[in-house]
Amino acid sequence: MASPLTQRTTHPAATSAVAPFLRGPDMSTDNFFLPDPDGQMPTARGYFGSFGGAFVPEALVAAIDQVATEYDKAKADPAFAARLNDLLAHYTGRPSPLTEVPRFAEHAGGARIFLKREDLNHTGSHKINNVLGQALLTQRMGKTRVIAETGAGQHGVATATACALLGLECVVYMGEVDTRRQALNVARMRILGAEVIPVRSGSRTLKDAINEAFRDWVANVDTTHYLLGTVAGPHPFPVMVRDFHRVIGVEARRQVLERAGRLPDAVVACVGGGSNAIGLFHAFIPDPGVRLVGLEAGGHGIDSGEHAATLTVGDPGVLHGSRSYVLQDEDGQITEPYSISAGLDYPGIGPEHAWLKETGRAEYRPVTDAEAMEALRLLSRTEGVIPAIESAHALAGALVLGAELGPEGLLVVNLSGRGDKDMDTAARYFGLYDSSPEQDPSQEGDR
Amino acid sequence: MSAQRLSDVLAEARAERRAALVGYLPAGFPSVDGAVRALTAMIEGGCDVVEVGLPHSDPVLDGPVIQAADDIALRQGVRITDVLATVEAVTRATGAPVLVMTYWNPVDRYGVERFAADLAGAGGAGCILPDLPVEESDPWRAAAERHGLATVFVVAPSSRDERLAKITAAGTGFVYAASLMGVTGTRAAVSADAADLVRRTRASTELPVCVGLGVSTAEQAAEVAGFADGVIVGSAFVKRLLDAEDLDAGLAGVRDLAADLAKGVRAG
Repeated sequence: MASPLTQRTTHPAATSAVAPFLRGPDMSTDNFFLPDPDGQMPTARGYFGSFGGAFVPEALVAAIDQVATEYDKAKADPAFAARLNDLLAHYTGRPSPLTEVPRFAEHAGGARIFLKREDLNHTGSHKINNVLGQALLTQRMGKTRVIAETGAGQHGVATATACALLGLECVVYMGEVDTRRQALNVARMRILGAEVIPVRSGSRTLKDAINEAFRDWVANVDTTHYLLGTVAGPHPFPVMVRDFHRVIGVEARRQVLERAGRLPDAVVACVGGGSNAIGLFHAFIPDPGVRLVGLEAGGHGIDSGEHAATLTVGDPGVLHGSRSYVLQDEDGQITEPYSISAGLDYPGIGPEHAWLKETGRAEYRPVTDAEAMEALRLLSRTEGVIPAIESAHALAGALVLGAELGPEGLLVVNLSGRGDKDMDTAARYFGLYDSSPEQDPSQEGDR
Repeated sequence: MSAQRLSDVLAEARAERRAALVGYLPAGFPSVDGAVRALTAMIEGGCDVVEVGLPHSDPVLDGPVIQAADDIALRQGVRITDVLATVEAVTRATGAPVLVMTYWNPVDRYGVERFAADLAGAGGAGCILPDLPVEESDPWRAAAERHGLATVFVVAPSSRDERLAKITAAGTGFVYAASLMGVTGTRAAVSADAADLVRRTRASTELPVCVGLGVSTAEQAAEVAGFADGVIVGSAFVKRLLDAEDLDAGLAGVRDLAADLAKGVRAG
């Protein structure tokens, strides 16, 4: 097999305008499946430092072993990479563009800001990168049914899309609160042929949707793959999902070098479970001059107690199959998170983020609902791009970081999803409806 | 050495050539005191061993019945200290072996050594931690051994023979064989997988093998008693309390069910 170096079909601008030493290790434009090349992390048992592992019931041990084994085989199989790359190029639309946003950046101390446009992927978010990979893996395992959890509905829509494409049965668990605030995505999933099951236990949000998906998986594991949508859960999910999203940062790194001629001062992403953030961060981890900044949902403010700022105020614990930071009380009961953003409304976080925080390589800050909504409106009005409320948390963080860095600063922000799904929430928040629509308490940002 | 008491009780049942009856109820449900009385009634009705559930906010292995009970207990503010007090009260009132069944995070958060010490101090016999796989269990097992507590592992129909050997080598007290692939809750029939799993488990261990998940009636208990060393019943007891008009009616229902099941395990 030819080496990746000789296979590379590099963009002309990359060869002419950028010195070779500025190019990263994974430069090909036709290879989008880019598992971590150094393979140092995690350990064989799925640990990033003291975080990770696989805390699952015995009934699921064989299933996660199968996922790990099959994923290792897929990584070594050129046919798997070829099929996935073909889908990522011609179905998803990779590579996603890097868009400079100068009018928005005027509000960020004049720093240069580029957006990594994962919102322009098919289905409207980064989620499709991972979903296509795991959907192909489902076929390799001979399974015919896929289950998924979803918060904002973006992972559910991506999963329903991949299942329609590949002819797989699809069931999506979604907290009842989220089915109301993301009703558009519920309709999209059902149009795509998926069954959407509203979850009425616990806080009726993402955490409870994951609980219900695990219950389904235990009972149907022979036929069913649990297509987990974030970098949390038991090993091998955190590393596998990260690998499928790693393309975000590899592309962004190459693109920013081409466009700005240097690496950014910081790469910025919102974190709920952490999938879009790890996707952007990972290729920059070896670059010591690039800060990795994650923005958590600060809800009504950290002091209000109504937030989902797991890394800011949580403690190490075990939730959904791995050890990481969690929001919990002193008895280890998981506390109910809150965010206006359904996709960030989660009391856990992927274990690799916990490790990046503990080692100091990445920093995590909270952004309130109000700050995120202001950033959403600002990007819409200055650049004609309506972000998802999740991604608006990253934008709000970029406004602050830009001001800290000043006019010499250079930021890459992951625009992980588009905002169409959030228009009802935003219209109510900003009072944009001509007549008052039927009131729904879940839309008010208070539960 | 409360783990010893557990082994003795299971050995006595075996000597009587019958299966043991193990009952489960969450602490704090329908109230802290109500749960102590219900657990006591279960033993008086005929349970040989009881498992006290430590309710958790995210019980991913439990079906709707136990979720509902956990939810009621947590809403009323049940704490780990209440669970330990429940173990102590039931042990003192009945002398029966009392295990705690819960998820890993509450134990981890409370402190592994502290939890083992406090459970042993309350007279507890051991722990069942179904989301703590054997690979992650070293810290717990070390603490449990120091404090004379049993560590009961769960095996499932999907467990391959080499895994069964590994798990049973690490476990003490008994082996909890999940009769089916699924969460807790009553089922119309005992899964055909259960007998096969018990047979395969026995090939790797001398520990008693008790079967749980989906067993709710005397007939099912008798069927399971025909091939296992013990029968574990949870959701059916919880349902008696959930459906009862008041606590007294619930306690009577729990006692009657225990008596019924006790006949079942002697008919197997």
